[in-house]
Amino acid sequence: MLTAVLSGFGGAIAAPWLHRFAPRYAGWIAALLPLALMIYFISLVPAVAGGEALRFSYAWVPSLGINLSFRIDGLSLLFALLITGIGALVLIYAGGYLANDPMLGRMLMLLLIFMAAMLGIVISDNLISMFVFWELTTISSYMLIGYKHEYEKARKAALQSLLVTGIGGLTLLAGVVLLGQVTGTLEISDMLTRGEVVRAHPLYSAILALVLVGAFTKSAQFPFHFWLPNAMEAPTPVSSYLHSATMVKAGVFLLARLNPVLGGTEVWQLSLTAFGGATMIVGSFLAVQQTDLKRILAYTTVSALGTLVFLIGIGTDEALKAAMVFTLSHALYKGALFQVAGSVDHETGTRDITHLGGLRAAMPITAAAGMLAAISMAGLPPLFGFIAKEVQYKATLKEPILIGVALVTNMLTVVAAGLASLRVFFGQPAHTPKHAHEAPLSMWLGPVVLALAGLGAGLLSAQVGNALIGPATSSVIGKAKEIELLLWSGIEGAAGQALALSVVTLVVGVGLYQARSIFGRIAAAAAPLAPWGAEGWYQRIVDGMLALAAWQTRMLQNGYLRFYIGLIITTTLVLTTFMLIVGRVAITVPADWADVRIYELMVALIILAATTFVIRATSRLAAVVGLGFVGYGTALVFLLFSGPDLAITQFAVETLVAILFVLVVYRLPRFGNLSTTGARVRSAALAIAGGALMTLLTLVALASPTESRVSEFLAENSAPRAFGRNVVNVILVDFRGFDTMGEITVLGVAAIGIYALLKLVLAPEHDEHKAAEAPSGDGVPRERAETIDV
Amino acid sequence: MHSLILATATRLLLPLMLMFSIFLLIRGHNEPGGGFVGGLVAGAGFTLYAAAYGVSQASNMLRIDPKRLIGAGLLVAVSSALLSLFLGLPLMTGLWYKEPLPVIGKVGTPMLFDVGVYLVVIGVTVTITFSLFEAEGE
Repeated sequence: MLTAVLSGFGGAIAAPWLHRFAPRYAGWIAALLPLALMIYFISLVPAVAGGEALRFSYAWVPSLGINLSFRIDGLSLLFALLITGIGALVLIYAGGYLANDPMLGRMLMLLLIFMAAMLGIVISDNLISMFVFWELTTISSYMLIGYKHEYEKARKAALQSLLVTGIGGLTLLAGVVLLGQVTGTLEISDMLTRGEVVRAHPLYSAILALVLVGAFTKSAQFPFHFWLPNAMEAPTPVSSYLHSATMVKAGVFLLARLNPVLGGTEVWQLSLTAFGGATMIVGSFLAVQQTDLKRILAYTTVSALGTLVFLIGIGTDEALKAAMVFTLSHALYKGALFQVAGSVDHETGTRDITHLGGLRAAMPITAAAGMLAAISMAGLPPLFGFIAKEVQYKATLKEPILIGVALVTNMLTVVAAGLASLRVFFGQPAHTPKHAHEAPLSMWLGPVVLALAGLGAGLLSAQVGNALIGPATSSVIGKAKEIELLLWSGIEGAAGQALALSVVTLVVGVGLYQARSIFGRIAAAAAPLAPWGAEGWYQRIVDGMLALAAWQTRMLQNGYLRFYIGLIITTTLVLTTFMLIVGRVAITVPADWADVRIYELMVALIILAATTFVIRATSRLAAVVGLGFVGYGTALVFLLFSGPDLAITQFAVETLVAILFVLVVYRLPRFGNLSTTGARVRSAALAIAGGALMTLLTLVALASPTESRVSEFLAENSAPRAFGRNVVNVILVDFRGFDTMGEITVLGVAAIGIYALLKLVLAPEHDEHKAAEAPSGDGVPRERAETIDV
Repeated sequence: MHSLILATATRLLLPLMLMFSIFLLIRGHNEPGGGFVGGLVAGAGFTLYAAAYGVSQASNMLRIDPKRLIGAGLLVAVSSALLSLFLGLPLMTGLWYKEPLPVIGKVGTPMLFDVGVYLVVIGVTVTITFSLFEAEGE
């Protein structure tokens, strides 16, 4: 199981090479990995459908209760199959869509990273490891949206999605930690049995709020929905995969997963149905106003995600079943429709539906797949979408207001389905920027397979119900539950009412499609309100943050090094002195000066003399040489007091600093004495106070009890347990290896930051004119590199 | 600022410094040394070379983009930590090869981790100094 999850990351590393050696078949070869994984997951279906949950656990940080544990039950399996199945098709599709893009290798790499991370989310049984995978999907989504990073719009959209989902991720982490505290475990399977404890706990509402923000931002619920349509800047394979079929469902998945723990309370039902319902209506209403094919689909995705949250909120067995059915049906038809939209864009050069029409003759296969998927989206039999809508209506029957929300959403969805298919493939052929012709095999395979899967699932609904939907619903409910999924469930009772609602939906939907020009007028009328929408507020908050950052940078980072040093020393002085006084720390001055060796004294004198020399130096070079003496002297002290590792490092660092200084010394202005006497006295006072404080602290450290069992433990266990006699090194690479890992990561990031700063300052203006041409599309030219893109 | 003395000395010094850095890296587990210091020494060696012969020649000799060394080092470190997971042990459990190898001594994943640190430190040092040299060259 570990191999199954990590193979995606391994494949990601191999992807660029794959693209280099087999550029034409890279997508096909890369798709073998998800395909193999899908076959593996299919092989688990019988066991899971039989009610088993497969569990695999690998200790990670056992001392903190964090494990890399995986558990496959019905819910995970449904998602895992979607992720790997659609993943394989998307990789093939991407190979065709970006066939001439030299960066295709990067695209395949990021898609594989995403796939592995997403797989990690759905099969993790530990909340912390799930959170890690959760954040990995956020990061890979950021890079995928910003794939065409030459365009400002793409960068902006990428950053927006990162900020919105990133903030959600942080609140989720807080929620996860609280959940862990309340239940005393981080394993989801243990948590599921302790739902009563959580729901009765005073922290319940805090946990719920935190988890909901995490789930709502990820799954683009109102009022966080705005990032998803903007994420359409990503190349279409990405939109099809991350931003419709899988990643955006992570929030929904989380709610479904935690339903037995957090669900069932009044506040849960109310908030989920309210936010879900609002998202459904807002999403579908905005969808029909769009003219960009991808944005139509994006807003219907928002609406669909709202539907899923709404259904989980209703919380009855029927509603949870409807949520699972809709998850599957939506992933199939929306994945297909996005790929169709991408093919249309690719072959005609536009995605504006007012410039498209009659493409069925030029693109027969794509048109057939698109129509089939759209029929499923509109909810016509015998496609799976029809069943999804029937069970959805059955779940809402008890409350009139719920019926109303579902009805409005589904009517508008019918209109959107028409816009995305009829409008494009029928009617008068329109004049398009490129001469339209059929997409290559790699680009129609995905839509055809997904659309046919929607048809097959509809026809074989009973089998799909038993193998996938039933087990998934049981895991969401929290106990085994037999379900029945029928294409035709008669006209009596609830089934009949649902059918009647379906007929109404379709009739009104078709009527609205005929009268679709009104939506354009509404959009035009509502345009002045845009700055007061959710995205307007987002922009205001980001601008405010930047203004705050600029203000505090001006205040604290004025560019005078002496000011920084002064500030640091003063702050340390004030805070430490305060603590020393409040804590009434005892200070003992060592009485015995006799065991000070002569060479120790000499080193001290050298350091003192060098310091004096530095202060009085009249050239920078001399001052640096003096500082070097101070540094080497300190290293000698380390050496004398048995810290050879510290000493070597200090020697090396001193040498490098000297070299670095020589590199920059010629760039500095002439040395001059500009400070007034008063300023020099102030500096001297501060320096002496700082030095005195450090001495004082050393004395305090000497006075406090020295028996530290940590160092004893380390010294004793270094050789026998870590096979190293150099304790310092063993601590660095073994005992505290995690810290070192963090440090080298920071080091690497810092180096890249320095590199970027140096290149940025020095980049001559004319560089901008030779900015790389973007692979395709009609974006804005690259703006100045210096501006911060938000 | 070409200097004959520096150039000649560097040709002799660089191999010595590189050897010394590897020596520090290998002996680090038992004696003073380790990946961090080793990396610093090697980084200083390349920096010296760049000072004597210019960045373009130094880059040619290094062959690999120093930024890639950072990535490679992090990858080595992470993989060394992940290895133990596959044996069902907690992340970063030290795994050791039973028999000590000649010269190098005992080999294990902490050693590999240290190699990762070594590569990162070289990469970081060289990235920074080379960029500074280039900045100065203009």
